[in-house]
Amino acid sequence: MTAPALPTPRGELSDAVVFALHCGASVPSLAQQTREADPYGDDLQLALYVLYELHYHGFAGVADEREWDTGLLALRRALELRFTEALRTDVPPRRGAEEALEPLLLEPVGHDGSSVSHFLQRDGERWQLEEYAALRSLYHLKEADPHAWVIPRLRGRAKAAMVAIEYDEFGAGRPDEIHARLYADLMRDLGLRTDYGRYLDASPAEALATVNLMSLLGLHRALRGALVGHFAAVEVTSSPGSRRLAAALRRAGAGPAAQRFYDEHVEADAVHEQVVRREVIGGLLADEPDLEPDIAFGVGATVFLEDRLGARLLGAWRRGESALRIPLTVEPGR
Amino acid sequence: MPNAPESPRRVPRVTVDRDGPLLVEGPVEIVREDGTVVTSRRFQVAICTCRRSRIHPWCDTSHRRRVKEETGEEGDTP
Ligand SMILES: [Fe+2]
Ligand SMILES: [Fe+2]
Repeated sequence: MTAPALPTPRGELSDAVVFALHCGASVPSLAQQTREADPYGDDLQLALYVLYELHYHGFAGVADEREWDTGLLALRRALELRFTEALRTDVPPRRGAEEALEPLLLEPVGHDGSSVSHFLQRDGERWQLEEYAALRSLYHLKEADPHAWVIPRLRGRAKAAMVAIEYDEFGAGRPDEIHARLYADLMRDLGLRTDYGRYLDASPAEALATVNLMSLLGLHRALRGALVGHFAAVEVTSSPGSRRLAAALRRAGAGPAAQRFYDEHVEADAVHEQVVRREVIGGLLADEPDLEPDIAFGVGATVFLEDRLGARLLGAWRRGESALRIPLTVEPGR
Repeated sequence: MPNAPESPRRVPRVTVDRDGPLLVEGPVEIVREDGTVVTSRRFQVAICTCRRSRIHPWCDTSHRRRVKEETGEEGDTP
């Protein structure tokens, strides 16, 4: 695998990060720019995304050691604080983990006009499914990776259950069944490029923020409770959402590999949901009861950022416009 | 399984929940009424008990409580 190219900057912060990585230079502290940046905006989210990517696969032409460059780490910390403070303010507070998850366990009767998967199932056109698959590839091509970081921070029941779910995500010992691999097959079926990081430039801030949240929660031991809450929110919402997306792909005439990814998630995540709620959350709460508000925060932050992404996608699509920063039709190599 | 010969045979655990699927430690085979056999190799298998699943015998979360959407957003069907 070749590492992806550095993305095009979207403002002062991301420009400074990309420049420092490109030239092998140190990064300035940018305290004022960080204070003034929109915590959910393109510039801050891209800067953060690039800094996090150093912990996954890095970038072409950037030395692996830059992952532990103290200047870059200090800037990452400042950007993270700006992002988390905004989330702590904007996410409605819930004390209990079950209380936070409860609304996600209810299924609407009929069509939900604010849900992306409902929209795609009923009205989704092929180009909208392609856009959706392209921007979700930021996560699904590293599916379950951000959550693996929590494993050494868990013990006993929570750890055993988390590892069992992750084993499933990583193909249960079979490389061709790693979920990230199934997603690449889906993309190929839809005529998309499958190289890692290919659609970073095309992805709007709202999409970057959902992935940055996982990296943030995964990398910080102090946020282990929130990571578990986030993971539970993803697993709980995945099974019914995947059923709608599989139906959307079937209707749009996508190939069998495209449908397989979502079919697998209908079945797998119906199991993962049970295990994450009973054993991962239950085990963590038995071990560290003080983490309950953090678990609830992780659920809330996930819902909040997913709702923002959903509003962006549905807003653009209902106007008949591309939801990407670079429409796929003008992508080179298609 | 490095200790397999010595360790006592592991008893598969089944977890019952009145509002959800039956959770069975996998892998499992299910013989259906018509005699056909379906297999799941997952570490844990969720078996549908509400009979609403579209991927029966496996759970697809169809047991979930359904609520009326109160949002009257555009594009909504009544
Ligand atoms: Fe998965
Ligand atoms: Fe899953």
